[in-house]
Amino acid sequence: MNLVKSETRPKSLLYLDGVSVSFDGFKALNSLSFVVEPGELRAIIGPNGAGKTTMMDIITGKTRPDSGQVVFEDMIDLTRKDEADIAQLGIGRKFQKPTVFESHTVWDNLELALNRKRGVFATLFYRLSGEDRDRIEEILATIRLTHRRDDLAASLSHGQKQWLEIGMLLAQEPKLLLVDEPVAGMTDAETAETAILLKEIAKSRSVVVVEHDMGFIRDLGVKVTCLAEGSVLAEGSIDFVSNDPKVIENYLGR
Amino acid sequence: MITSFVLRALEGRIVMAVAVLAAVALAVPASNLLLSPDSALHVPTYAVSLMGKYLCYALLALALDLVWGYCGILSLGHGAFFALGGYAMGMYLMRQIGSRGVYGNPVLPDFMVFLNWKELPWFWHGFDMFWFAMLMVLLVPGLLAFVFGWFAFRSRVNGVYLSIITQAMTYALMLAFFRNDMGFGGNNGLTDYKDILGFSVQADGTRAVLFALSALMLALCLVLASAITRSKFGKVLVGVRDAESRVRFLGFRVENIKLFTFVVSAMMAGIAGALFVPQVGIINPGEFAPANSIEVVVWTAVGGRGTLIGPIIGAVLVNGGKSFFTGAFPELWLYALGALFIGVTLFLPKGIVGTVQSGLAARRAMKAAARAEASGNDDRAPSQVQAAE
Repeated sequence: MNLVKSETRPKSLLYLDGVSVSFDGFKALNSLSFVVEPGELRAIIGPNGAGKTTMMDIITGKTRPDSGQVVFEDMIDLTRKDEADIAQLGIGRKFQKPTVFESHTVWDNLELALNRKRGVFATLFYRLSGEDRDRIEEILATIRLTHRRDDLAASLSHGQKQWLEIGMLLAQEPKLLLVDEPVAGMTDAETAETAILLKEIAKSRSVVVVEHDMGFIRDLGVKVTCLAEGSVLAEGSIDFVSNDPKVIENYLGR
Repeated sequence: MITSFVLRALEGRIVMAVAVLAAVALAVPASNLLLSPDSALHVPTYAVSLMGKYLCYALLALALDLVWGYCGILSLGHGAFFALGGYAMGMYLMRQIGSRGVYGNPVLPDFMVFLNWKELPWFWHGFDMFWFAMLMVLLVPGLLAFVFGWFAFRSRVNGVYLSIITQAMTYALMLAFFRNDMGFGGNNGLTDYKDILGFSVQADGTRAVLFALSALMLALCLVLASAITRSKFGKVLVGVRDAESRVRFLGFRVENIKLFTFVVSAMMAGIAGALFVPQVGIINPGEFAPANSIEVVVWTAVGGRGTLIGPIIGAVLVNGGKSFFTGAFPELWLYALGALFIGVTLFLPKGIVGTVQSGLAARRAMKAAARAEASGNDDRAPSQVQAAE
């Protein structure tokens, strides 16, 4: 890699080039290429089966691509790493269905997610420090769950679970956050609140949001990538993309 | 660091259970040795050994609870670790017989003389030393669990598939140990023990000490299990049970977490087996039978999985019931066991301790709600003010 030494900040945070993967002959991704820059908030749209979730699976190491490159911070090849490695590099992932530890309290959920040593013995002998306590309090305030801190995650509403999961990702202190349909099943008020939350988070890190809700994407006001049949169909502002005839035919028009 | 790890373990219920076990460890041997046989409180020697056996089963159930109740690994092969610990102890006891065997060979156990073997197989060396045998009680089950878990967890074998291969593991070991040329006494196993560390295994005093040791070892392992489950590691374990992929995407190495827990649990099962053998006087390949491992799951489920105390209660209750039933209505025991398992699954899915616990929690929540209503405040406000300070 010909990195110039003075250049401490990478040009691209995440770089996908010609990524293809197929399952039993079905091409889930077909030579997909796109770039996420540091500090960027990006929305990804596309019809069902366009490969949005498969793309996230590949970035986070759950699925290996058949061909193509996935590069993090201009030098780290993600296709050779597994989920735990990639999470430790600083890529956080929120699932489509809220996935939190239901039998733990809200506080414990965040404590587990905190970016600390994750080895067997480090966790066996872990003690909550004042610094960690402050960090958890801070995240609780960000995700608006301070009043529910001692409640079991199972008792949260759907929207609150989504926020808790976002909070767990924040606790991980990732450089890149992948968020899969964060507002599915949320009320309008919760959706608006989530847009504010994501914009707040994107101030300090890159965020990629997969979403179907066009109103929500308009609220975010960011660059949009439209996927269809496993590759990029169009990229640009929401108005540009939603006026693209191919996008209308493949996605919006249907 | 270590002290805080242990102190965290000493939660109310655990302290109480340890106190009860310590009291039992003192009271039962004392009553057996000190009271006259006519006294109403006298515990006969056969009962001491019987209860000692229950305590070993309780330790085995506790070991299973650590992997099943907390980590979600339903092992149907824990009987194998128990039996391996038992065989390690049995080998020590066989070497202690020396020339007192039927054939009077000072080195070779009777069954080897009978098979016309001329010298001790390599894996029998060292078992004449107590410390070495005790080391093997931990190492052999631990190593098997490590190798087995290494492959299974790395390949992400989960759920029913994992349960089935653990059954296959214990079944394969049973077939292997049945063979005479394996060198473990084949069908008959290892028996006719004479003494342990110079004390006769038949003597009342030895049996009392073995009983007390079983109770104390159970208490020790309970504290260890509690320390593990109440640490951050324990919370990660429950996370693996409830949402494994979330743990993975948080950056934890799930395979290492499972492997560590599985090995610790296998070692506990090994200790249980080692304490079991001198008290029942025999170890044979029947201990590897798949049905044995399934019974352990029943004890744990009856007592309440994921509660640590529950499996201990479950093991003692079910085995007490078994002793009673097989004595009073021998042909009915298997039906009773089946009915028990179905009944618990249908009506007490959380087991005895789990049901009592959630009942208590519900009552506490109701009381708190009533109190909040009475004072007209949100019930969470006071705790938050406290925490903020």
